[in-house]
Amino acid sequence: MTDDTDSNGTVVDDPTRRNFIKATSRVAGGSVGGALLGGVFVGQAAQAKPNEPKEQKQPETPNFQEARQFFTRTDDFEVLKAATECVFPEDDNGPGAVGLNVPYFIDKQLAGLWGVNGQDYRAGPFQPQASQDPGHVQPHPEQSAMNRGAIFLNGLRKLNEVSEKRFGKRFESANEEQQIQILQAFENDDIDMVGVAASDFFTLLRQTTLEGAYSDPLYGGNKNMQGWKMKEYPGAQASYSAVIEQDEFVKLEPISLTDYQG
Amino acid sequence: MTEKLNKVDAVIVGSGWAGGIVAAELTKKGHNVVILERGKARGSSDFVAMKDELRYSSRYELMQDLSKETLTSRNGLNKTALPVRNNYHARLGTDTGGAGDHWNGIAFRWLPYDFEIYSKTVERYGAEKIPQGTTIQDWGITYDELEPYYDQYEKAAGISGEENPLGPRRSDKYPNPAMKTTPTITLFKDASKKLGYHPYHLPSANMSQAYTNPDGELINGCMYCAFCEEYGCGFNAKSSPTVTVLATAEKTGHLELRNNANVTRVAHDGTRATGLVYTDTNTGKTYEQPADVVVLAGFVFNNTRLLLLSDIGKPYDPKTGNGIIGKNFTGHFTNISTYIGARGFFKDKKFNTFMGTGALGATIDDFSGDNKDHSNSDYLHGFEVHYSQLGARPIANNHVPKGTPTWGKVFKKNSIYYYNRNLFITPQSGFLPNKNSYMDLDPTYKDALGNPLLRVTCEYQDQDRKRARAGVAVCKQIMQQMGADIVDVDDVPDDTNFNHRFFTDHFFGGAIMGEGPHNSAVNTFSQMWDMENLFVVGGSSFPHNSNYNPTVTIGAFAYRAAEGINKYFSQGGGLVQQAKTNKGDT
Repeated sequence: MTDDTDSNGTVVDDPTRRNFIKATSRVAGGSVGGALLGGVFVGQAAQAKPNEPKEQKQPETPNFQEARQFFTRTDDFEVLKAATECVFPEDDNGPGAVGLNVPYFIDKQLAGLWGVNGQDYRAGPFQPQASQDPGHVQPHPEQSAMNRGAIFLNGLRKLNEVSEKRFGKRFESANEEQQIQILQAFENDDIDMVGVAASDFFTLLRQTTLEGAYSDPLYGGNKNMQGWKMKEYPGAQASYSAVIEQDEFVKLEPISLTDYQG
Repeated sequence: MTEKLNKVDAVIVGSGWAGGIVAAELTKKGHNVVILERGKARGSSDFVAMKDELRYSSRYELMQDLSKETLTSRNGLNKTALPVRNNYHARLGTDTGGAGDHWNGIAFRWLPYDFEIYSKTVERYGAEKIPQGTTIQDWGITYDELEPYYDQYEKAAGISGEENPLGPRRSDKYPNPAMKTTPTITLFKDASKKLGYHPYHLPSANMSQAYTNPDGELINGCMYCAFCEEYGCGFNAKSSPTVTVLATAEKTGHLELRNNANVTRVAHDGTRATGLVYTDTNTGKTYEQPADVVVLAGFVFNNTRLLLLSDIGKPYDPKTGNGIIGKNFTGHFTNISTYIGARGFFKDKKFNTFMGTGALGATIDDFSGDNKDHSNSDYLHGFEVHYSQLGARPIANNHVPKGTPTWGKVFKKNSIYYYNRNLFITPQSGFLPNKNSYMDLDPTYKDALGNPLLRVTCEYQDQDRKRARAGVAVCKQIMQQMGADIVDVDDVPDDTNFNHRFFTDHFFGGAIMGEGPHNSAVNTFSQMWDMENLFVVGGSSFPHNSNYNPTVTIGAFAYRAAEGINKYFSQGGGLVQQAKTNKGDT
């Protein structure tokens, strides 16, 4: 049950460090067969074969939810795919943003209440520049006159514009290093955007990507709960009362909200 | 056109803890009560499939709909306030039960020092110890006078707790034993003890066992399911207004809880309140609900705003220091009072931190209030230092050691690796009122009905930053003792100022209590000095903010207010507590 013996997994500064990856696989593999609360966790990291062609994982019937509600242009959606994958890439732990269906998650979010800032105060006058007050918290471009959908569209098109200017090709066609360089320029506010700071768009992109990786699969991301499995997070469990006092790490098969409804 | 309804004994704004307690105590005595709740009907059946982090923690679905009304905020007298536009910046309760349905359940009492802070400071250090511009005052009540109401609230809510080795006198022990002890709590307690501190379990409104309160309401035992803060409890295992006091009031047959009723004015003739004017948010129709007694039991901002909109009392003016309504805005702020601290990363140890509940944890009181001698400190008041295991959910918990990228390959690896290998300790600090931190009506921005928004002005003082730094230093010390391989500590730079986030639900002032009308709006029964049938109950009556979560103290003062209102009815009017005239202004 416990994997305390894997002391090689220290801070991973170097993505190529093999000992960390080995340690992670060993951890997950070692858990197979351990049953708690009736659940058997099968280590996803051990199971995942990231190099396997994706086509083999596709269900034979089409997934009718994988169609766009918000983005009208394929070009914009392709930039979104590439940008989210940069933020949360596929690796030895498991799938990245695209494999988790994060772009479709974001598309659905922007088509709904949140995308139009439905629960936000929206009366003017707007003073978007005031968000840049150093005392002001940044995670959401709070004072922008644009809603989140508009910020995403403008931001994705700006990413592409910068890519074409710097590298002469579309953002999704730029190589990984070039894509990272462009996103860093947004993160550091080295790019001028209209109506919102580039860093605010980047923060929104990053936050929404993580939400798509780790929210309940009912929203269209976290495909097959693989985001949760990478973190060994067991989802919407009804109770931990029987196990919360024990010292050993507890591994459980994750549960989604579909188990509570219907 | 406003339709006038039939008169009732008492009409209350808000159905949270304050309004619920007053409603229960009045209806038990046979008084007919109407609660006007602007939010929708909500209760346990809404909470069953609630384990949805995106919906409730990222999108804040249980929180106030800011599209209809919000606050404006500024961090200096000469600045222009801007609206607080989204729930990331304002996590304010709404709907039946208010914030009391989705609190964590951390259930502290405050200290004897808090209620007599001015006198005790002068007695121990001399008046010159009080920093310039600090507007602390005695509350007009002592801890010993409030203690019976603390006991009453704790029994109604079924608080689970462990004896606090440094705690104030208690007339009785906690009604329920402490919550479970997890390995991480043991780690925190052992480390704190080794350093000479006095750890104890956080007092909790999550139940350690099934419990029936003195009113006959059953609260179930906690499941430790990790969905507590920002969530209602689908098991009825967290004490809340809906499972306790509102249920008690309903049973009497004397309560009518009216949802979708947005109160906009207190109707009054200058000396007496005559009722409440509200808009039905479903129809847009306006009503007046007349009553013998009017109770404002909304959140701090709503109570203050209603007084200002209704032209009751004299608004506070920071330039002259005159006036009282809006005075002494304080709170727990995310960049100075809490949510900062020390995060420890453990390379070789995994914890079950995805399990937990809102008030599961431990704390130390060695630095709380004036427990530590402040003779050599350049700040007043203190901090409690706690570790809590409220359940680390995956969207919000992607912590990596400082210096690690925050996105991309290295981030992903580290955030996944450390997801179950990091612990956080935070100091929750007191915040003392100052002359420039107050509330008034905004000159520009309006709500959906055309009424001015409330404007909050908040400035930090040097002592607030120094107190925060001292708290963070203790967190670091304990985290190192706990054996973390990497300890990252939050900085509190000199230019730290109010960040426009109203995130903790711990905000106070606006209609503060005191010894007389010269420095307060209400007496210690929450009765307005100059409008005797108007009671303003809740955090709005607190002249400053302690280093503890406030709900139990709000509950205690709500029980005291209810006693005062019942007395007001039985004695046929008049102030239920006279001003003490022998003490001057602070």
